[in-house]
Amino acid sequence: MNSLILTLLVFSPLAGAALLLFIPKEKERAIKAAGLAATMPALILSGIILIQNAMGAGIERFSVSVPWFKMGNVSLGGEYFFTVNYELGIDGFSLIMMTLAAVLATLSASASSFIRSGWKGYFSLLLILETGMLGVFAAENLILFFIFLELTLVPMFFLIGKWGFAGREKAAWYYLLYNGIGSAILLIVIVYLFGMTGTVNIGKLMDLAGDFPAGVQLGLLLALLVSFGVKLPIVPLHTWMLHVHVQAPPPVVMLHSGVLLKIGAYGLIRIGIGMFPEAFQTLGTAIMILGTVNLLYGAFLALIQTDFKRILAYSSVSHMGIVLIGLGAMNEAGIQGAIFQTVSHGFISALLFLLVGLMAVRFQTTDIRELGGLARKLPKLSGVLLAAGMASLGLPGMSGFISEFMAFMGIFLVQPELGAVAAIGLILTAAYVLRAVLSITFGKEKGAEGSLPDLNWHEAAPAWILLFLIISVGVFPNGLAVPLQPAIETIMKGIGG
Amino acid sequence: MDAKTLMSYNWMLMLPELIVLGGAILISVLDLILPKKTGREWLGWLGFAAIAGAGTVLLLLTPSETEGILGDSFVLDGFAKLFKILLLAGAALIYLLTFQEKKSEVTERSEFFTLWLTGLLGAMFMSSSRDLMTLFVGLELLSISSYIMAGLKKKDQKSNEAAMKYVINGGVATAITLFGMSYLYGITGTVSLTDMIGQLQSLENTDHLFVLGLSFLIIFTGLSFKIAAAPYHMWVPDVYEGAPTSVTAFLSVVSKTAGFILIIRLFYTVFLNTSILQGESLLMNMQPYIAVLAALTMIIGNVTALKQRNVKRMLAYSSIGHAGYMLVAFASPQSPLMFDAIWFYLLAYLFMNAGAFAILLVIEQQTGSAHLNSFSGLYKRSPIVAVLMGILLLSLAGIPGTAGFMAKLTILLSAFTNQVPMLILASIMLAATVISYVYYFNVFAHMFFKQGEAETKLRFHPAAAAALLICTAGTILFGLFPHIL
Repeated sequence: MNSLILTLLVFSPLAGAALLLFIPKEKERAIKAAGLAATMPALILSGIILIQNAMGAGIERFSVSVPWFKMGNVSLGGEYFFTVNYELGIDGFSLIMMTLAAVLATLSASASSFIRSGWKGYFSLLLILETGMLGVFAAENLILFFIFLELTLVPMFFLIGKWGFAGREKAAWYYLLYNGIGSAILLIVIVYLFGMTGTVNIGKLMDLAGDFPAGVQLGLLLALLVSFGVKLPIVPLHTWMLHVHVQAPPPVVMLHSGVLLKIGAYGLIRIGIGMFPEAFQTLGTAIMILGTVNLLYGAFLALIQTDFKRILAYSSVSHMGIVLIGLGAMNEAGIQGAIFQTVSHGFISALLFLLVGLMAVRFQTTDIRELGGLARKLPKLSGVLLAAGMASLGLPGMSGFISEFMAFMGIFLVQPELGAVAAIGLILTAAYVLRAVLSITFGKEKGAEGSLPDLNWHEAAPAWILLFLIISVGVFPNGLAVPLQPAIETIMKGIGG
Repeated sequence: MDAKTLMSYNWMLMLPELIVLGGAILISVLDLILPKKTGREWLGWLGFAAIAGAGTVLLLLTPSETEGILGDSFVLDGFAKLFKILLLAGAALIYLLTFQEKKSEVTERSEFFTLWLTGLLGAMFMSSSRDLMTLFVGLELLSISSYIMAGLKKKDQKSNEAAMKYVINGGVATAITLFGMSYLYGITGTVSLTDMIGQLQSLENTDHLFVLGLSFLIIFTGLSFKIAAAPYHMWVPDVYEGAPTSVTAFLSVVSKTAGFILIIRLFYTVFLNTSILQGESLLMNMQPYIAVLAALTMIIGNVTALKQRNVKRMLAYSSIGHAGYMLVAFASPQSPLMFDAIWFYLLAYLFMNAGAFAILLVIEQQTGSAHLNSFSGLYKRSPIVAVLMGILLLSLAGIPGTAGFMAKLTILLSAFTNQVPMLILASIMLAATVISYVYYFNVFAHMFFKQGEAETKLRFHPAAAAALLICTAGTILFGLFPHIL
């Protein structure tokens, strides 16, 4: 059955971007309002799907598949070898990720109010970026997946390079080249699979990919690991991401750390484990070790940073290690933890980068040595910051706790020794988060003189919403676990567990 | 051959060529008899009408069966039709750019238009020819027209240099090609490709095989000149830089297409049908050499393009890179997609390259240079042009949503559906693509991030503007729906 709803959902931001072009560029308020409004349809539609899904509607009914194009017309007018369909569809996992993208896009558009110039270009690019993100999660075949993935590449290059901080152009180049290489490797895998099987449909490939010789499977998985490892990012492929997180405008970093990094995790789970479960099993220990390295490396370096943005960037590296640990464990708890972490870190990092952006605007610095005693001056901002910090270090009752707990349960079931080493990361996390957050909120009063405005409504709204989501997942994890369960079961069936 | 036999041929097959020829003759005759004072600009539209007319007739001829005249030295088969569509579309689009060229620079307007048509005529003949003679004559007609066109900015030193380099290098390359062809004639005793196939299939003397292999390599080397591929690529940047920009576009699109036509026509009829060593054809046997040349071409083109600060030279090197990509498809002769891949790539390349040259031409006119700095702040000056240029550059870089991506995808797929999947070559191709991001996005960075010196908006001749719009539309359309043709 072909349903229009996913197509509308994915392309509504793009349509919004097209409409923006007709608003004269001097009308700042109108552009900002329209930019924000254009993110709404996707949010509402994903909400509708979420509710319908919760009420028991089959998730297949939202999918669409129509013939798109054909390749390989040998006899010039004769028969075709390769057909590609336009097919969108979702399962529990992609639905959650899509909702995450829609929510963060709206919040990021709302938080974009302090962009100083070129609003029209900025919002158009932000909306194109949103279509790319939504599309990646909705894509049912690899070609579409790749197209949407690349659709995020170009707007990000401009958003970083034009609206970022002082080192923005260099950061944009880092972003482009690293991710370009990652995408190129992914494309090789996709075309190889296409050439060998004649289909790019993810579901069909899950059945067919098992027929490849074990060596080929392993090779393809390694390629995927590198390709998605750039996006995730896995140490040592992470250097670009630090530049981006420090230099890009904060609302863009919200989206980047909240959603774009997760595309790496999503791809690894959906394509990596989904198609090559046996090869993944072979690499399981190696992936767990990679994850541990990520976790510890990120945490150690976060500990010695003085710039809050850099602390958060390294903290993202560290937290993505938990995703890898969970995946490498290859058991239900581990995979659940990895998926939970993917979603939960999306909220937490988005919130933290929102706050860091707000601080940067108010104090013109994010160096924790020059910030202090915020609790007295800006009680609302520091209150949210404190809460976000707690979520980041995995305090029970917050979403981070659930995901870390599950992922570590996964690793302790298979590799308790490695788990013990990885657990050091949790202590380090507590140390660097507390050090940063406490020195900013309490301690000696530093920073700009005079009174500064606390959160206004369009800054406070995204912050409260994100905090609400973080706590609700923490208190009521079943809200996430239930829709995710079928997807996890599919993966487990593939593994044979 | 008497008059009766001549009359019995179905000359309709050649009608598109005859229309182009008629246009060329008409323009030069009118140029001679018209008074000196009369403006010559309208003659240009006459030429455009000839190309458009030839295109229309060709489309009308499309449903017809494969048929040959003049002893099968001229045939209109599926291959000829498809490639002539490319040639005519490319020539027509780029022809529109000539109206933008400054009159003070290209003084001999009517010669310009005539040469354009004769060059096109040569290329069209090549796509229809089934024997070495017509192939070679077509090639020379195209080449000589191009040599003169490259030097049409008579007062410009660089243009003179370009013409000089082009004619000398081109002469050498032609001689090499002809030398290789003479081997073919020597072994088979015929110039007809059809007869040659028969001769070669029954070839038993292994010494002949060696000579045949040699002739393959020699011809390929000579033809690499035409498609601007290694090892014969050195002339490209200088000639591209010196020639009038519309001529550069002609060279990079029409001339390159013609080169591929010649390669496919010759190699797929002759060398694919020789069975040597356990039934393997010579072409398949030569595959490793082509693959190496493809890799070299991609690497040289893209890496050298990185250093260029002159956008025209950058596009010249990028065109070397693109030739390399197409050679990847050519290196996979067993793939069912090989033919598709090259054809579609040429189509995509036509749109994206012609469009980019249209913008480059206008910028060059306005600022007097094709340096990267001329693109600085273009987004502030002419936002729409900057966005269009952006789309064309994305396509050249092979970003999804554009024809360039679909073209690369087809080539990659053909590399993987070859009997032996060419993983290394495909990897090199993608590595080269990522390298190309650097110089294409560098233009972006100049257009969108940097502050420019010039303040005025770009002014387009309506014809050039139309060409630009068609090119961008084609780039997007074939990127989203590659299947519509």
